Amino acid sequence: MTDLTHLTIADALDGLAAKKFSARELTDAHLKKMAALKKLNAYITETPEKAREQADASDKRRAAGGKVGALDGIPLGIKDLFCTEGVQTTAGSHILEGFKPTYESTVTKNLFDAGAVMLGKLNLDEFAMGSSNKTSYYGNVINPWKRRNEDGGCDSTDLVPGGSSGGSSAAVAARIAMAATGTDTGGSIRQPAALTGTVGIKPTYGRCSRWGIVAFASSLDQAGPIARSVEDCAIMLGAMAGHDPKDSTSVEMPVPDFRKGLTGNIKGLRVGIPKEYRVDGMSQEISDLWAKGAEWLKSQGAEIKEISLPHTKYALPTYYIIAPAEASSNLARYDGVRFGLRVPGNSLDEMYELTRAAGFGKEVKRRILIGTYVLSAGYYDAYYLQAQKVRALILKDFTDAFKQVDVILTPSTPSAAFGFHENEGDPVQMYLQDVFTVTVNLAGLPGISVPAGLDAKGLPLGLQMIGRAFDEETLLRSAQVLERAANFTALPAGV
Amino acid sequence: MTDAMINEKNLIEGRTGKWEVVLGLEVHAQVTSHSKLFSGAATDFGAEPNTQVSLVDAGFPGMLPVINQICVEQAVKTGLGLKAQINLTSVFDRKNYFYADLPNGYQISQFLQPIVGKGTIVLDLAEGEHREVGITRLHLEQDAGKSLHDQHPSKTYVDLNRAGVALMEIVSEPDMRSSEEAAAYLKKLRSILRYLGTCDGNMDEGSMRCDVNVSVRKVGGPLGTRCEIKNVNSIRYVAAAIEHEARRQIEVIEEGGSIRQETRLWDPGKGMTRAMRSKEQAHDYRYFPDPDLLPLKLDAAWVESLKAGLPELPDAKRARFVKDLGLSDYDAGVLVSEKESADFYEAAAKGRDPKLVANWLTSELFGKLNAVGKSITESPVSAKALGELVGLIEDNTISGRIAKDVFTEMFETGKPAGQIVEEKGLKQVLDTGAIDVEIDKIMAANADKVAEYRGGKDKLFGFFVGQVMRAMGGKANPAMLNERLKSKLAG
Repeated sequence: MTDLTHLTIADALDGLAAKKFSARELTDAHLKKMAALKKLNAYITETPEKAREQADASDKRRAAGGKVGALDGIPLGIKDLFCTEGVQTTAGSHILEGFKPTYESTVTKNLFDAGAVMLGKLNLDEFAMGSSNKTSYYGNVINPWKRRNEDGGCDSTDLVPGGSSGGSSAAVAARIAMAATGTDTGGSIRQPAALTGTVGIKPTYGRCSRWGIVAFASSLDQAGPIARSVEDCAIMLGAMAGHDPKDSTSVEMPVPDFRKGLTGNIKGLRVGIPKEYRVDGMSQEISDLWAKGAEWLKSQGAEIKEISLPHTKYALPTYYIIAPAEASSNLARYDGVRFGLRVPGNSLDEMYELTRAAGFGKEVKRRILIGTYVLSAGYYDAYYLQAQKVRALILKDFTDAFKQVDVILTPSTPSAAFGFHENEGDPVQMYLQDVFTVTVNLAGLPGISVPAGLDAKGLPLGLQMIGRAFDEETLLRSAQVLERAANFTALPAGV
Repeated sequence: MTDAMINEKNLIEGRTGKWEVVLGLEVHAQVTSHSKLFSGAATDFGAEPNTQVSLVDAGFPGMLPVINQICVEQAVKTGLGLKAQINLTSVFDRKNYFYADLPNGYQISQFLQPIVGKGTIVLDLAEGEHREVGITRLHLEQDAGKSLHDQHPSKTYVDLNRAGVALMEIVSEPDMRSSEEAAAYLKKLRSILRYLGTCDGNMDEGSMRCDVNVSVRKVGGPLGTRCEIKNVNSIRYVAAAIEHEARRQIEVIEEGGSIRQETRLWDPGKGMTRAMRSKEQAHDYRYFPDPDLLPLKLDAAWVESLKAGLPELPDAKRARFVKDLGLSDYDAGVLVSEKESADFYEAAAKGRDPKLVANWLTSELFGKLNAVGKSITESPVSAKALGELVGLIEDNTISGRIAKDVFTEMFETGKPAGQIVEEKGLKQVLDTGAIDVEIDKIMAANADKVAEYRGGKDKLFGFFVGQVMRAMGGKANPAMLNERLKSKLAG
């Protein structure tokens, strides 16, 4: 029998329907591989019993010949930012160690209602703050990809899987999950997808419910899938999305059949190339890949246009005011009073101080401090309010651009995966990882990263496409055309 | 406020001259609603600790607020009742601070864009005086939970039942000049809230709480530095706290000191205020729009429909009672001050003489209720029963004097007036013949007094009335008795 873990979701669904294998077999194959690849540290909590139980239930549903869900029997990894009933949910933080929610997030509930199987909870940057997965209290996640030596061999340096959805990207790339949920606040789905040769889509803000997802920056957070093909992402997103009355920012709109929208036809599609994304110091490799992407789309009948998004250069500083501001407030509830870690103190204030000092890591503390500062009396107008104004201008850039084009093509990241000790020291260097992705969050638009090629050292590089609000259909269709043209078939070492 | 509005009797005499006290009130009124502002948890008073708490109220990870439309409706109704501007777009902000009974580490409130803007309220003062006070704003916000410090020697317990309950913060302009005016403001506001059914106004249960801003100034001088007094939980305490605080401030200034802007706490045990925290120690609340909630947009037509459906409020009702029913402004004011009394009155007065019913209600029933410490809703005499009693007076079945005895018995036994009159044979005598017989008897028995009367001692008329009434068991129709007696004594 072929290795079931290499199947796409689309193929696995066909195989399950044709009774070529059972959901239990599919799940067991993944559990077996998870055990073998523990060194990647992709999972914080593995849930094999739950997985087998769900897989068996799926097999029963199929055997009974009744209706099956869109993901019936498909084993998934769940980013540990999604609250899962009865299963520890840590957000990658010490402060939530041992926290078992009594409730199920809307997105995971939607997935389970569609028949999905949960393999476990995936590692991530602490409270989704990071671009390397290095800020997790539960240890680094290792990218299954390795650099190629000059002699063509495999370099031993461990590389980051990107972040914050680093466990998700690594697991999907390493075939220890058919797909995974992620969340994207500034690039946390697209950047790790790009660094691991996987596909990741951040849908339009409001497309997926945020209910039950540990909040980082509420006005930017959005759930989405990481998978190994655009089609799989379309299947996943269709199951995850939908209006939720429990989330006031979730939008009451029907969810289209994204998979059906993948026609492969982009004749007449207008693709924008934003000139401001040619940032200083962009490597030739990235620049060439971007040009190649445009060529691929053009050869399929698209029209390529240069566009301008003039406020792009302000996006990163704007993001690093708004996101920490919201985070500083969202994370105030981790105070040791009702759940999670508590370090006793002689007074309430001392308990807060000791609990939060012990419970939060360095990057989280840094962002809480920044956020508290920019919201303080006397600084609010200069920072937070100003950032909100710039945010409106960035949105207007996109609104104007989408009068001329249907989708926008950019690189996903400024570089391929890097080593754990690279980009260290200066946090701003790390923040630059998000330079191409944060604008999309600030504008609330959908964005997708598609693997488009390998760099000189054999590491995957991604291209990003950005769509109109709530037009994931066009975005996914264009991305699939790009995916087919790129024909990315490389596999990480040892997978 | 202009100097023309300075009322001499409100001024406080200090060592250095007369002082004016300037007052503004912030009232937190709990919205009458079955569930909380942003969650479906119940809001009943007095439930076991932590039994009315949803995951949202307890600030669990990933929980999100969803606005309760009923609470919005109540706030808009209240705004309309205060003749205030309704803001069709308002914004919920987070007010950030750490405390054990504030689960999220922030309170959802409205800072820059409240749901209700400027309005007015008319105070009903002594001697029928009315005065208008400005409302600055009304906004919706969440209540915090309750910290219980006295349950354990070293621990604090937290009860989150109240956490997330909807409050309306109603802020007045600094338009009041005496503790009487502040008390009148609270009474009127509470009355309006109760008429609207938007807050039960029970200060002892904490569903209406008050912070008072107090400053003093020399007459005509610039505004002084204010202190905010927190935790004043009855109208009586509000008046007492203001009296104390104004005198304290005057003393400080007259002794050469100056007032620090600070928050002070009212200590009802000691009858004084004490410093809680200074301006420098004040929290930086880091307000910012709550990203979990979209701006609240109201439909103008919906607001109009609420306006059309508002009940008649005390000012309008009082005016109607005066104009249409002929009541005095004072009586009308007494009747409308509580919605229940006004409702009782209107039910009792249906088809009766409105002034007569008003008299019976304000002097007799209120007096008896006061004496036994009952409210109008607990009255043993129903509105219908009181109306029937007045009906018996109106159709001359009984006299007003007998009616008082009947009423006393009604109050004690709950029996209807007609039954008491029947059982005790209290129907008044309208037969002039029968009255004449009794008059003749009395005149015969008191011939000396008849002579004195006829000799010019008019005052003896009352003596004869009393004698005849007593002889007739009080049942003689007083008007007839007077008329017959006058003519007979005249000879």
